[in-house]
Amino acid sequence: MKRILTIALGLLLITAHAQETVYPAKPQAGVIALTNATVHIGNGEVIENGMIVFGGGKILDVRTTASISDAKVIDCKGKHIYPGLITSETDLGLNEINSTRSMSDVRELGEINTNIRAAIAYNSDSKVIGTLRSNGILLANIVPEGGIISGSSSVMQLDAWNWEDAAYKLDNGIHFRMPNLSSGRGRSGFGRTVGADAVDPLKAAMDRIDNVRKFFNEAKAYFAEAKHEHTNLKFESVKKLFERTQTFFIHAETVKEMQVGIELAKEFSFKTTIIGGTDSWKITDYLKENNVAVVVAEMHSLPLTQDDDVDQPYKTPYLLQQGGVLFAIADTHAESRGMNLMFNAGTAAAYGLTKEQALAAITLNAAKILGVDAITGSLEKGKDANIIISNGDILDMKSSKVTQAFIQGRDVSLDNKQKQLNERYKYKYGIK
Amino acid sequence: MRKFRLLFMGMILPLLSQAQETYPINGTADERTGTYAFTNATIIKDAETTLQNATLVIKQGKIVGINVTVPKEAVVVDCKGKFIYPSFIDLYSDYGVAPQATATLGGRGFGGFDRSSQFTSNTKGAYNWNQAIKPETNAFESFQLNEARAKELRAIGFGTVVANNQDGIARGTGALVALGSQKENMELVKEKVAAFYSFSKGTSTQDYPGSLMGSIALLRQTYLDAAWYKTKPATEGTNLSLQAWNDNLLLPQIFDIGNDKYNALRADKIAKEFGTSYILKATNDVYQRLDEIKATKATLILPLNYPAAMDVEDPNDARIVALADMKHWEMAPSQPAMVEKAGIVFTLTTAGLTNSNDFLTNLRKAITNGLSEKTALEALTKTPATLISAYDKVGSLDAGKLANFFIANSNIFKDSSSIFQNWVQGQKYTVKEEGWNDYRGVYTFSLNTKGIIKTYEAVVKGPVEKPAATLKAQGDTTTTNITFTVSDKLVKINWTSRADFGRQTNLSGIIGNDAWAGNGYLANGDVATWKMVFKNELPIDTVKASTDTTRRSSNGFAGGRRSQPSTLADVVYPFNGYGWKQAPKQEDILIKNVTVWTNEKEGRLENTDVLLKKGKIAAIGKGLSGGTKIIDGTGKHLSAGIIDEHSHIAATGGINECTQSVTSECRIADVINPEDINIYRQLSGGVTSSHILHGSCNPIGGQTQLLKLRWGMGPEEMKFANWDGFIKFALGENVKRSSSNSNNRFPDTRMGVEQVYVDAFQRAVDYQKMGTNKRKDLELDALVEILNKKRFITCHSYVQSEINMLMKVAEKFNFKINTFTHILEGYKVADKMKAHEVLGVSTFSDWWAYKMEVQDAMAYNASIMQKMGLTVAINSDDAEMARRLNQEAAKTVKYGDVPEEEALKMATLNPAIMLHVADRVGSIKVGKDADVVLWSDNPLSIYAKSLYTIIDGTIYFDREKDADMRKQIATEKARLIQKLLQEKRGPGGAAGMIRARPRLDELNECEEDRNHKKQILDRDDE
Repeated sequence: MKRILTIALGLLLITAHAQETVYPAKPQAGVIALTNATVHIGNGEVIENGMIVFGGGKILDVRTTASISDAKVIDCKGKHIYPGLITSETDLGLNEINSTRSMSDVRELGEINTNIRAAIAYNSDSKVIGTLRSNGILLANIVPEGGIISGSSSVMQLDAWNWEDAAYKLDNGIHFRMPNLSSGRGRSGFGRTVGADAVDPLKAAMDRIDNVRKFFNEAKAYFAEAKHEHTNLKFESVKKLFERTQTFFIHAETVKEMQVGIELAKEFSFKTTIIGGTDSWKITDYLKENNVAVVVAEMHSLPLTQDDDVDQPYKTPYLLQQGGVLFAIADTHAESRGMNLMFNAGTAAAYGLTKEQALAAITLNAAKILGVDAITGSLEKGKDANIIISNGDILDMKSSKVTQAFIQGRDVSLDNKQKQLNERYKYKYGIK
Repeated sequence: MRKFRLLFMGMILPLLSQAQETYPINGTADERTGTYAFTNATIIKDAETTLQNATLVIKQGKIVGINVTVPKEAVVVDCKGKFIYPSFIDLYSDYGVAPQATATLGGRGFGGFDRSSQFTSNTKGAYNWNQAIKPETNAFESFQLNEARAKELRAIGFGTVVANNQDGIARGTGALVALGSQKENMELVKEKVAAFYSFSKGTSTQDYPGSLMGSIALLRQTYLDAAWYKTKPATEGTNLSLQAWNDNLLLPQIFDIGNDKYNALRADKIAKEFGTSYILKATNDVYQRLDEIKATKATLILPLNYPAAMDVEDPNDARIVALADMKHWEMAPSQPAMVEKAGIVFTLTTAGLTNSNDFLTNLRKAITNGLSEKTALEALTKTPATLISAYDKVGSLDAGKLANFFIANSNIFKDSSSIFQNWVQGQKYTVKEEGWNDYRGVYTFSLNTKGIIKTYEAVVKGPVEKPAATLKAQGDTTTTNITFTVSDKLVKINWTSRADFGRQTNLSGIIGNDAWAGNGYLANGDVATWKMVFKNELPIDTVKASTDTTRRSSNGFAGGRRSQPSTLADVVYPFNGYGWKQAPKQEDILIKNVTVWTNEKEGRLENTDVLLKKGKIAAIGKGLSGGTKIIDGTGKHLSAGIIDEHSHIAATGGINECTQSVTSECRIADVINPEDINIYRQLSGGVTSSHILHGSCNPIGGQTQLLKLRWGMGPEEMKFANWDGFIKFALGENVKRSSSNSNNRFPDTRMGVEQVYVDAFQRAVDYQKMGTNKRKDLELDALVEILNKKRFITCHSYVQSEINMLMKVAEKFNFKINTFTHILEGYKVADKMKAHEVLGVSTFSDWWAYKMEVQDAMAYNASIMQKMGLTVAINSDDAEMARRLNQEAAKTVKYGDVPEEEALKMATLNPAIMLHVADRVGSIKVGKDADVVLWSDNPLSIYAKSLYTIIDGTIYFDREKDADMRKQIATEKARLIQKLLQEKRGPGGAAGMIRARPRLDELNECEEDRNHKKQILDRDDE
């Protein structure tokens, strides 16, 4: 029935040629049971011939397939079921077209922008969202840029009428962008040799960081104040950091950058996560000891130096896993716009991780890092029914094909602008 | 008092004995012959001839001879124990030419957002259209003395240099000038001795050329224009630049290769093309490609600017320093020795040294590292003199030559050696006084106090420049150390002794011809006079004990004698961590029991053997035998090598010549960089061939180059042989410069883009009709090739309207578009492309929404075009993604259900078809090139890794060997870090060090505004 409806909708769209008729799904009605599938829980466990039952948007049961009444049964024989995928860092909904100023809302002016909030600029009608959703990416952490502190990110679910609908967890963290601490520019090609630095870049960077330290020290003092004569919005916006209900996200790549950032966070006992973490594999002991998680922001990167192992970025997650560091994998690729999250994890699986570990990096571990693991990230009883069904291994492009997805139990549309263009031109050329 | 001052002036300023005759005399005529005889010296006449205890006679600024009768009028200078060398000659110097404005290497039009262009030269006068072509510049016309600089150069042994204006691509002529302080008229030895060139446009404010390949194209075109100008074409009027260019061709041609060793090969290629040869002003790292450079047969001018040691004490700093840079630091001082050993003729230059004092230090380092003293001297005298046909004037101490020589205390190639005097054209210039006279020896010292004479034995010893002495009273056994200060002929003597309760005796006096004498006060205040008379030489053992070991080394310079070289590390090819010591060899390889993706009608063959022999696929079947290397392919997959239709790796100096809308004269082939680490990284992803394209910033870009990724080979060996030429075209936002608010380069809209094409091809048609008697125009030649189906277009394309337009333009001029590359809206005009019979379409698998013109891009593009019967490739245009092209092709299975075998063809056979090389590569078929990849898994799977990437039967990537190389890199790096740390702890080590610097590899991108992708270490903080 559902299938017929989808096809009908597809036909309608050929003439409509717009995303405007891709509707956010209605709340779940009744109970649904997905049966006979290989169920990947997200925490490392796999249930062969498994079954998931969900109702009212929540997972009611996960077990080996058994007969069930009072539920709409969807037979998923031969298919794989996963938790909805979560991308831990993205400009989704802020940048429609990055190169066009009027279509970009990602970077605010100013240096310490703690009060800037990504959520409210999130465009739930972005054409990009559908391309992620149809690949199984159901939740995203929307991150602002600009300044040394860019503001707060929010976790959004990718099927909504507006940003308020989309909000899954608002203002889950504040983003601190570590200045570059490398001590010199290198040489490159024709006419590009850069001279000696006029100012010590390390000193300049440290001054900026010191300014942040001063800000937090004064914020701490401000909170100690019983009554404020002037309300300081910037201070107010970091209160949850001090209360540890918000995460301090440090965007940093090299060892020194990470360490300087983490030590700063420790001064204020912030809950801390590194985003980027190119060289995080070099300091796993230190990260583990300090309870710092890592979001590997772009797996498909070139190695940092020409002497590095050619596959260094590919195996960084494995080294973090070996080191006992909590980590997630994101997809921040600017040209494919984040639709390859599962292949970023797949690459990690090709270079050392088990497939279930790689999956955790885009499901449960991501949820932990973003502070939403109590309600999502794995297929466990009581959590939101954020579920995807794939024809095969979701991590491998050869078999990764999402056939159905549920956000909070809602059967969301897998249509998107690209699919519609595909239909439009299949129609033009008479391709079946 | 007044007299004294005059006397001093006379000592400082050179004698005006050679004042020019035409100049009026203000005072009394003072003509002198300037005849000098330098006696008792070790004279190094030239690198072949050293004469002991010899006499050099000079007169009127010229050499009279060695061991000739000393004329009566000669001033005799006793040079006992001293060494006389012919002065050094530097062929590449900016001495005495007006200071250059700070060079704006690369100049404008090189990224950034200022798009307001300067299209023609700002130089006033009847000169060339391009501001960087200024052969009319003559150094002799602007030559001015620069006493401070001359002094620096004289102090390191130079007597003459070739001064040249080091600015621009054609730089004009250089003049041979002497480093004396006489009027310019006297120091200008020869007006035009060489013509100078480079690839750098220097201070030119004109946009063109904006890339290295543009500079090369401009040089080429100028050679052609100048030859054409000889026919006195009326349409050109007077072009003083071309006239000068033609005149300059008769001179020795010196080419500054800038800062890239491969520019040596690039320059030589141009020289050969135009029947000339260049003397190459080289870099400090040509040893890294010596075989190829030797093969050019060019003479080199080698700099001695060794790289400074980097401070790697902080391990996180050490991490970012490339092994190649550390290794280069270690090996650079060995370059002259390696060049000598290779049998390449070379000279040495001071160019590139920030402190000219480093010249002798670095020269000696070169000697310590194996350069022979004989060759070193030749490289500084006879060789440069001969190259500029001035050996009749300078370069040895033969009769009749300029009296240019310097006097040193010992063998100039030894650390302890120093120069006293440098004579230029018979004029004396003192470099250093101390040590000229050797006062060491045993003296009788007598002290007369109130008529009582006390006699001592004084022993003067220690270094000749700063001798020390001891005093021993006659009949006594205790000696007193005395301080001994000599300035010219004046001497001060002081001592304190216990006997005097620590009080000091102060004497002074003069060193006379037969005795030293003077007066002073004793420690007790008594007035005294003193006298000191030479008794005998120091006993031999004292000399040995003395710190100066060179004092009596009368052997001096020994021709051909080598110092013991320190052991040299291996040069690897290319010069970085993953370079080979020995290039991998072609092997006969049998791959057994493998799943073969043939890309032929046989499809996928299970459990099959493939034999590679002599670089070709020799057999495919079951139970094959043969092969010297057998690889078990059980459970593995063999495919044809990946071919990337759209790549920008392995090119240098910019891949975008954006400064004009049509730059078909530019050639990627000119700027191949075989050292790009991304070549190796892509081999690890199974890539065997890459099509290197010009960027997309103008409608008609440059000519492209197909490579085989033969890692370690030189630029020529990387090229895919016998390949049809291609050219890059581009459409859309990049060519109309959408990112700029100040574009003044036509076109600014897609409407204009069409007219650029129509105009260019119309001009080409007309040009072709003109027959042979015309100005050869390289830009139009390339377009004529397109018209004649000898060159083929790959066009950067996004939006359907302009794709359609370009096909219409092509049809109008009766040719076809070969390839549309990363054609993201190809699906919208698949039918039209099919009708146009486009040979192939290449696309990104899933890129979209990164700019306005790709908002309708979709991941189903490839599958629609494939279903429409077009030959579809998946390309990278990205150095990272290129190593996963098999996976990118696999995405067409996900988006559009393309069958697996067809999907793989999109990264192998299909690009081969559109590049016209499918007869040799792209499938596994007997007779084709053995360019194959052994995969660990189904090549369309994300879990597949290349185990072996093979090109022409040679294994260029071997995953096991790669693991070994990683270990070697770590070991070698650890060794060099220790060596650098040792350097830091050493004398003066820390002071001479520089901050650790990463080597940022050149990452080219299609779009000019994103010209260099930011690397992690170079990212924007904001």
